[in-house]
Amino acid sequence: MSRIKSCFAQLKENKRKALVPYVAAGDPNPEITLDLMHAMVQAGADIIELGVPFSDPMADGPVIQKASERALIYGTSLTDVLSVIKQFRETNDSTPIVLMGYLNPIEVMGYEVFAKAASESGVDGVLTVDIPPEEAQVYIPALKQYELDPIFLLSPTTTKERMKLICHYASGFIYYVAVKGVTGTSALDTIEVASRLEMIKEVTDLPIGVGFGIKNAATAVAVGQVSDAVVVGSALVNLVEQNAHALSNAEGNKKIIKEISQVLVSMRSALDA
Amino acid sequence: MTMQKQDQVDKKLSDMPDETGHFGQYGGIFVPETLMEPLKELKEAYIHYFQEPDFLAELDSDLANYVGRPSPLYYAERWSLELGGAKIYLKREDLNHTGAHKVNNTIGQMLLAKRMGKTRIIAETGAGQHGVATATVAARLGLECVVYMGAEDIQRQALNVYRMKLLGARVVSVGSGSRTLKDALNEAMRDWVTNIDNTFYIIGTAAGPHPYPAMVRDFQAIIGREAKQQIMVHEGRMPDALVACIGGGSNAIGLFYPFVDDMDVSMYGVEAAGHGLETGEHAAPLCAGKPGVLHGNRTYLMEDRHGQIIPTHSVSAGLDYPGVGPEHSWLKDIGRANYVAVSDEEALKGFHDLTLTEGIMPALESSHAIAYVTKLAPTMDKEQIIIMNLSGRGDKDIHTVATLDGIEF
Ligand SMILES: Cc1ncc(COP(=O)(O)O)c(C=O)c1O
Repeated sequence: MSRIKSCFAQLKENKRKALVPYVAAGDPNPEITLDLMHAMVQAGADIIELGVPFSDPMADGPVIQKASERALIYGTSLTDVLSVIKQFRETNDSTPIVLMGYLNPIEVMGYEVFAKAASESGVDGVLTVDIPPEEAQVYIPALKQYELDPIFLLSPTTTKERMKLICHYASGFIYYVAVKGVTGTSALDTIEVASRLEMIKEVTDLPIGVGFGIKNAATAVAVGQVSDAVVVGSALVNLVEQNAHALSNAEGNKKIIKEISQVLVSMRSALDA
Repeated sequence: MTMQKQDQVDKKLSDMPDETGHFGQYGGIFVPETLMEPLKELKEAYIHYFQEPDFLAELDSDLANYVGRPSPLYYAERWSLELGGAKIYLKREDLNHTGAHKVNNTIGQMLLAKRMGKTRIIAETGAGQHGVATATVAARLGLECVVYMGAEDIQRQALNVYRMKLLGARVVSVGSGSRTLKDALNEAMRDWVTNIDNTFYIIGTAAGPHPYPAMVRDFQAIIGREAKQQIMVHEGRMPDALVACIGGGSNAIGLFYPFVDDMDVSMYGVEAAGHGLETGEHAAPLCAGKPGVLHGNRTYLMEDRHGQIIPTHSVSAGLDYPGVGPEHSWLKDIGRANYVAVSDEEALKGFHDLTLTEGIMPALESSHAIAYVTKLAPTMDKEQIIIMNLSGRGDKDIHTVATLDGIEF
C-alpha cells in the first residue's frame, strides 16, 4: 500500500484528521529544510507538502511567492529538493511527502526521468498546480508507473462533470482549493466548503484535503469537521518570512522551526480535541 | 519536423489550433484548476461571437470609426532605393488610435467582455502600449480598468503610465520576480483567479492559455487581411516576404496568419537580441531558447537547465518577454516561418534610419523589424516585395532614445 493510502487508512481507524503543513524547500536557506521536515512530523504533521521553488508561481499569493524567491537565491532546484527528501527518508520511512509546484521544472527534467528520480528519493505524491488532467496524458502514466500519486486540485469553479474527470485520474487524495484566489487569501467560507465537499464525496471515495485560507487552529478545526485533511501553508511560510533576516541563518532557522512547530502543535491538539 | 509535415498534408496550416488549443505540441491550457471553467466560457463566447453577424458588424464599425482602419500600406520608396533591393511596404499600424496594433485586439476583447456581462477589465503591459489600448477602450465603455505593469517598465515607460492614469485606469506596480512583463502577466493571472466572477482579462499578445493565442491572432489578423488586399491594389501581386517584430508575437501573427497557406510568401519574425545572443542578455526564445511551459501554454522559453525562467533584456520593453505565442513555436518547428534576432544597437540604428529617410518615427519594438529589413532587402531583387509591419509609433520611446544617445532634457 502507498504511504498516502496507509496514512489515511490509519487516520480513519483512529478517527483523526490529517494535518498537512506546506513549506517551500530551501526557504529561507537550504540548511533548514531537513530539520524542519523532521520537526513538523514531531509537532504532529501527518503528511508533508514540500513546495518546489519556481520563478513564476502564478497561483501563489505574495507570501509563497517570496518563499520561492528566497529559495531561488540559493538556486534550490528540483534535484536539490529530491535529495533533501532522500535524506529525510534515511530516518523517516512512514510520513508521506507530496511535492507541490509548477510544471516547467518537471517538463525540463522529463516526465519519466522525474518520476523515477522522485520515486527513488521517497516522494509519494505530486501536485503540479498548472497541469490539468486534459494536458496530463503523458504525465499521469509516468507518475503511476513509478507508484507516485497524481494529486489534483478541485476549486469552487469546478463543475460536477469536471470533478468526475479529475477524480478519475487522481489518486492518493483530492485537494480542494477552498477559495477563488491565490494561496494566502483570507476569506474561507466554511459553509460553502462543506457543501462543495458533499458534492465531491458523491463522485469519489478518495480522502479530501482542503487548503488555501487555513490560518489558525480555529479554521483548521472548522475545515477538519468536513474534510479528511487540512493543509496549512501561508500561515507557516509567514513565520519563515518574519525570521528570515535574523542575525545568522542558524539562529533564524532555529526560531522558524520553533515557531512553526508551535503552530502545528496547537492545530494538532485542536483537531484531536 | 518531417513527421508533422506529413500529418498536415491535407490539412491547411491556417486550420490550427486543434480543438484543444494545440499547435502541434505547443499551446494548450496549463493553468490552475480555478481558471479551467472561465477559460471554457471564454472559448465558447469567442467561438460563438466570431460567427455572429451583429458582433462582427460592431467590430468592423469600431475598427473603422474608432481605430481608423484600414491602416495604410505605404511604399517606403526612398528607404527602398537607399537599401537597393526589394520594394518595401510598411503596414502603418502606428497610425491606429493609441499608436500601435494593440488596439485591434483590445477593441475585440472588450466587445466580448461586454457581451459576457463582465464589468471589470484587467490587463498586463510591458511597453505600456497594450495597457494604454486597454485603458482607452475601457474608458469608452465606462468599465473599471486595472493594468499590471512591472516596476522596471513603469520607470522605462513613464509617459504611458501617465496616459493610462489620464484614461482612468489604475496602474499596479509589480515588484515580484524580474519586475517586467512576465511578472505583470503572473500578477494579472492572480487577479483573474481571485475575481473571475466579474472580471475579464484582456491578454495583450498571442500567448497565454487557449483560447487566447487563437483569439488574439484572429483579432489581429485584420492586419494581414488588409495588407493582402492592399498589395494587390498597389502591385497586383502577392508579396515575397513579410517581416514583423516578435515580443509575444501578436503583431507578427496578425500579419502572417492570412498568408500562412500561401507557401510562396516567406515570413520573418524578428526577436530582440538585446546585447547579443552570445551574451545571454536578450529576449529571443525562438532563436536561443527551448520549449517549456509558462503562462498557460507550451512554447519556446528562456529558461535555465532547472526550468526556471531567466531574466531577459531588450532596449524595447514590449519585446522584453521570455516566452512567445505558441503558434510561432509551431511555425518555427515546421519550418514555415523564419525567426531571427537583431541587437539593441541595430534596432536603434533602424529607428534613426526610418526617421531620417521616411519621416516616420517608429516604436523601438518595430525598429527591430526595420533593422532586419535593412539586412534582408539588399539580398532581394528590385522586383521583389517586402511587407513590414510597422507595429507602433515611437513617441513613447523618445526619452529612451535620447538617453541612449546621451541627451538629457
Ligand atoms: C509597438 C509594439 N510593437 C510590438 C510589440 C510586441 O508585442 P507583439 O509581439 O505581441 O506584437 C509591442 C508590445 O508592447 C508594441 O508596443
